[in-house]
Amino acid sequence: MGSHSHSDRRWFLKRGALVSFMMGAVRSLRGQTPTREKLLKDDLAYGQPSPFDNTIRKTLGQATAVTDTALTTPLQDLDGIITPSGLHFLMDHVKGWPDIDPKEHRLLIHGMVDRPLTYTMDELKRLPSVSRIYFLECNANNRPLRGANGESVQFVHGRTSCSEWTGVLLSVLLNECGVQKEASWIVAEGSDANKYTMSIPLAKAMDDILVAYAQNGEPVRPQQGYPLRLVVPGWEAIRSVKWLSRIKVVDQPYMAWHESGNNADTIPNGKGLWYRFELGPNSVITRPSGGQRLPGRGFYEITGLAWTGGGAVTKVEVSVDGGRSYKVAELQQPVHRYAHTRFRFPWTWNGEEAVLQSRCTDERAEVQPTLAEAAKNLGVSPDYFYQADHFNGIQPWKVSGDGSVQNALFL
Amino acid sequence: MRYSCSVLAALITVAACVAASAQGRTYQLGSAPGEEEIKARDIAISPDGKELPPGSGTAKEGAAIFAQKCAACHGANGNGGGVTRGIVPLGNAKPVKIAFSLVPYATTVWDFINRAMPQSKPGSLTADEVYAATAYVLYRNDIIKETDVLDAKCLPMVKMPNRDNFIPTQPGWKPGEKRPFGYYP
Repeated sequence: MGSHSHSDRRWFLKRGALVSFMMGAVRSLRGQTPTREKLLKDDLAYGQPSPFDNTIRKTLGQATAVTDTALTTPLQDLDGIITPSGLHFLMDHVKGWPDIDPKEHRLLIHGMVDRPLTYTMDELKRLPSVSRIYFLECNANNRPLRGANGESVQFVHGRTSCSEWTGVLLSVLLNECGVQKEASWIVAEGSDANKYTMSIPLAKAMDDILVAYAQNGEPVRPQQGYPLRLVVPGWEAIRSVKWLSRIKVVDQPYMAWHESGNNADTIPNGKGLWYRFELGPNSVITRPSGGQRLPGRGFYEITGLAWTGGGAVTKVEVSVDGGRSYKVAELQQPVHRYAHTRFRFPWTWNGEEAVLQSRCTDERAEVQPTLAEAAKNLGVSPDYFYQADHFNGIQPWKVSGDGSVQNALFL
Repeated sequence: MRYSCSVLAALITVAACVAASAQGRTYQLGSAPGEEEIKARDIAISPDGKELPPGSGTAKEGAAIFAQKCAACHGANGNGGGVTRGIVPLGNAKPVKIAFSLVPYATTVWDFINRAMPQSKPGSLTADEVYAATAYVLYRNDIIKETDVLDAKCLPMVKMPNRDNFIPTQPGWKPGEKRPFGYYP
C-alpha cells in the first residue's frame, strides 16, 4: 500500500511537472485537471513509462525544475540509438508551438520553379516515402559551461537526439515543381508565430533533405513540428524548420533573423563566423558521466554516443587515462549515416582516479579534436568555448577515488 | 485515309503537348496555387529587397510606433530588461558576442519586424509601420539619421556595420568536403 501510494505520488509529481507545464494551457481551457483517474485512462490509450522511472527532459541549467522550453535529452538514462519522441530535445526559438489542424495545413512551393504547387497533408502522404534514422543537434550543444550547467551529460550534450523520420524527400517535391536552372538556394518557412525562416543551399535540398510527417513511427510531435517539418541530416538543427508550410526557391541566401544575428559566432579579431551547416565529428560517454557515482570498484561497461555531420561514424576510441592512450570501442550495428552511433567498451575500475573520454572518427576521416586542439585551430584561448555556439571537442569525465564522476574539461 | 492521318497527327500533337506540360511532374498530386495566395504568403525579403512592398517611414515616426507597440517588451528606450531583448546594440561594429550585432542586412531587420513583431500580434503592422519601426531601430543604433526616409529603394542600400565582417569557417570549404583536422567549428 505504502509502496503503491509512493509510486502514485512519484507518478503524479513527474506527470505534474511535465504535463501541467506542457499541456497546462490546453487542460485549463477544457476545464480539466489531471486527476489520477484521468491519467490511468491515458495510460491505457497511450502507454506511459513506469512510475519508478524518472527519465525526463530538464531545463537547461536547472537541476530539478522543468520550467522553460529549452529542454535537454537525458542521454545518461537512454540506451541504443533512438531517442523517444517525448524526450527529444527542444530549443524553442519562437516561444511556444502552434496548434495546427493537419486538415487545414498546406505546403506551398514556389519561386524559381516552372509550376508552383500546394500540397495537403493527405497528398504528401500519397507520395513515395522514405524512413531514415537521423540525429538532430542544436549548434549550441556541447557548450561546456562551468558550474551547474556543466555537471551532467544531459546539460552539456543533451541538445542532440536521434529519431527515425518518415516523409517525402524534398527533391521529389522540387522535381514535381520543376526547379529552374538559375536557382541555387531555398528559403524554408514555418507556420509558427514568428514564421521561422531559414536559407538552405539547393544542392542539399536536392540531395537528402526530408519533409517529415512521422517521427519514430507516429506523427511528428507538436513540439517537433507537427504536422510537417524539414529534417536536414547532419546539419545544424536550426535548419530543420518545424511546422513547415512554405518553400521558396531562390538564387541567394536571405539571411533571415534566426540564421544571422541569432546564430553567428564571433572570434577575437571581430569577424563573424557564418554558415557552418555541417556538424563536426562528435562523441560523448554517457555512462559513467558527470554527476554519477560508481558504487565501488569492479566491472562497468562504458557506453556513449557518437555522431557526425560528415556521414557515418567509422571509429570511436575510448581512453581511460585522460587521452594518453586509446582503444577502439565496439560500435552498435548497423551504423546509420547521420545517425547517433552507440559505442560500448568494457572497463574494470581499480578504484583509482581515472579520466574517461571518447574520440570519434567519421567516414571522411575527420577526427574529433581535444579542447586544446580546437582552440589552437581557431586561434582562441580554450575559455572561448565557455560561450561559443559551435564546439565538438572531446569530453573528459574524471572518476575520483570515491567513485564520483565530474566534468573535467576545464580541470 | 487523309482524314485519319490528320486525326492521328493531331492526336500525336496533343499527346506531345501533354507530355511536355507534365515533364518532371510524375505524380500529378498537389494543386496550382493562385497568384493571390502566393503574393499573400510571399513575405521573405532578400538582401536586394526586391520583395519589399510600397510604403515608407522615418525614425521619428517609428519612435511613436515603438512607444505604442514595442516598448512593453523592449523597454521604453529600447534597452530591454528582464527577459526581453533590447534593440540596442543591433549594429555594434565590434562584435564580441553581442547578441544581434551580426545582422548583415537592413532587410533582415525589416523582414523580422514584419513577420514576427509585435510578439502579441505578429504580422499586424502595416508596411509603413514596419518601415518606420525599422528606421527607429537603425537610428537608435547610429546606423541612419533620425530623418532618413526608408522605403523599398533605400532600405537595401543601408549598410550594416558588420556587413563585411563575415568569414566562412574555413575559406573555400564547400559542404560535403573534408576539412583539415579540428576545423569544426
